[in-house]
Amino acid sequence: MVKTRFLLLGLLFALSVLAFMTLGARGNWDFVLPFRGMKLLALVTIATAVALSTMVFQTLTANRILTPSIMGFDALYLMLQTGLVFFLGGFGFATLDPTLKFILETALMLTAALLLFGAVLRNAADLSRMVLTGLILGVFFRSLTALINRLIDPSEFSVVQQASFARFNAVNADLTWIATGITLAVFLWLMRQHRALDVISLGREAAINLGVDHDRATKRLLVAIALLVSVSTALVGPIVFFGLLVSALTHRLIGTWRHAALLPASALTAATVLVASQTLFERALRLQTSVSVVIEALGGLVFLFLILHRRPR
Amino acid sequence: MIETRSLSVHLTETPILHDVTVKMPLGKMTALVGPNGAGKSTLLSAMGRLIKLEHGEVLLDGKPLSAYPPKTLARHLAILRQDSQITPRLTVRDLVGFGRYPHSHGRPGPADVEAIETAIARLDLKDFADRYLDTLSGGQRQRALIAMVLAQDTDVLLLDEPLNNLDIVHARTVMRVAREEADKGKTVVVVLHDLSVAAAHAEHVVALKAGRLHSEGAPDTVLTRDNLSDLYDTEVQVIEAEGRRIVLTV
Repeated sequence: MVKTRFLLLGLLFALSVLAFMTLGARGNWDFVLPFRGMKLLALVTIATAVALSTMVFQTLTANRILTPSIMGFDALYLMLQTGLVFFLGGFGFATLDPTLKFILETALMLTAALLLFGAVLRNAADLSRMVLTGLILGVFFRSLTALINRLIDPSEFSVVQQASFARFNAVNADLTWIATGITLAVFLWLMRQHRALDVISLGREAAINLGVDHDRATKRLLVAIALLVSVSTALVGPIVFFGLLVSALTHRLIGTWRHAALLPASALTAATVLVASQTLFERALRLQTSVSVVIEALGGLVFLFLILHRRPR
Repeated sequence: MIETRSLSVHLTETPILHDVTVKMPLGKMTALVGPNGAGKSTLLSAMGRLIKLEHGEVLLDGKPLSAYPPKTLARHLAILRQDSQITPRLTVRDLVGFGRYPHSHGRPGPADVEAIETAIARLDLKDFADRYLDTLSGGQRQRALIAMVLAQDTDVLLLDEPLNNLDIVHARTVMRVAREEADKGKTVVVVLHDLSVAAAHAEHVVALKAGRLHSEGAPDTVLTRDNLSDLYDTEVQVIEAEGRRIVLTV
């Protein structure tokens, strides 16, 4: 059953890729294909990074409502980015090599995420506390970002603003390759330990009982999550509810607890949703900016649904 | 065999256990009893390496728990906590299968399949084996969790209030299974609230009061009127009926 659903997902993905690559193409194919191919690669990378970071985070916290974005991971990334503009100046930031900038931001992100979320996750069993912590951390990071924004020049503010909204149609090509490499590496690393992830999803106590070094696993998985969040946020900016949408869809579609199937399925689902909606909005409806808005709206509805329809225990 | 040496545990500033030194004898069923908040679950969790110790150590076969690699430890020591919640949507057979993870590392062989089926049968779960956990009643889920730690096939088995949610028939099944495990030479430690059950099934009793060891020994010596009245700070009556001890409050 899992196999046929996989095939179906693969087929849907192939269809959306085909539509994305060919719909509304005018002019020279030699130009259109590489140009769109690059965009496609970026979209698939972002989708995979969001999907994997969400699935792993939910496994680690043994729940299906929280995602890294809801816990304030992207807000943290944005704060670091704004902080960089503040300390380097808008000119310094804008002229910084994108690759170097990405490495710098990611390194900061890894350290901050380990320190902060390592402490938060120690009480992962208490879901209400986690939701509250996430809300407060998110508000805290956003307020700090807003404070820095007020302190810097208006011209430098525009540099920050460009970086802080999700845009799916203006993605840096150099960054795409690095991001794809990182995402692929993390994906392979996660797939190698899919059985341990199955055990971790039972919760901390059950995992320890079954011989998983939970503290060590938490640290490593947090690093993986921080890397993936850095990748997706650096490429497009923050997308809060996309991960939740993907995780809810994946669980509904594939109906298994095995990470061997869950991880690739979530990546496929995310990529299909992203590529298909991008095709729909950019090619069919000729709207440039609304993809992120629609995805956020749908994801937000899913979040509300999950909160209101939690299975009573 | 599992023992603690001058064990102290603090959870958020307040000390829960003070200087507890106790031995759980090999091949016997030990009942852990005491009033609410005496530290029974905390002692069990500390022995099951689930919480950090402030002071002292837990020894398994004479070696501290920290000396064992986590993977090895999971083949020697299993713990079932109260109200364990399982997020993924698993069938009973999937859950029990997880108990074999320390042995199979996720690739179950014929021996693992057999152990899983045996554990399911021993806890009367055959009819529910392919049902999802979220469709089961509290008692059925509790039995599935017990079957999981049973499938783990460890030398030491720590059960925190395994009789929660169970009807009298299944409570007896669980105690019988625990008894069989002890007879196989395993060390079984069970947190129990029902002192009559403890008197009927356990061979060794450890009583905790306010985070300290109150008394320990054979049921005949610990589960007496005077000792229990002191342990619970209330009048307790112990009557003998048909060769069994029954503990009543007055």
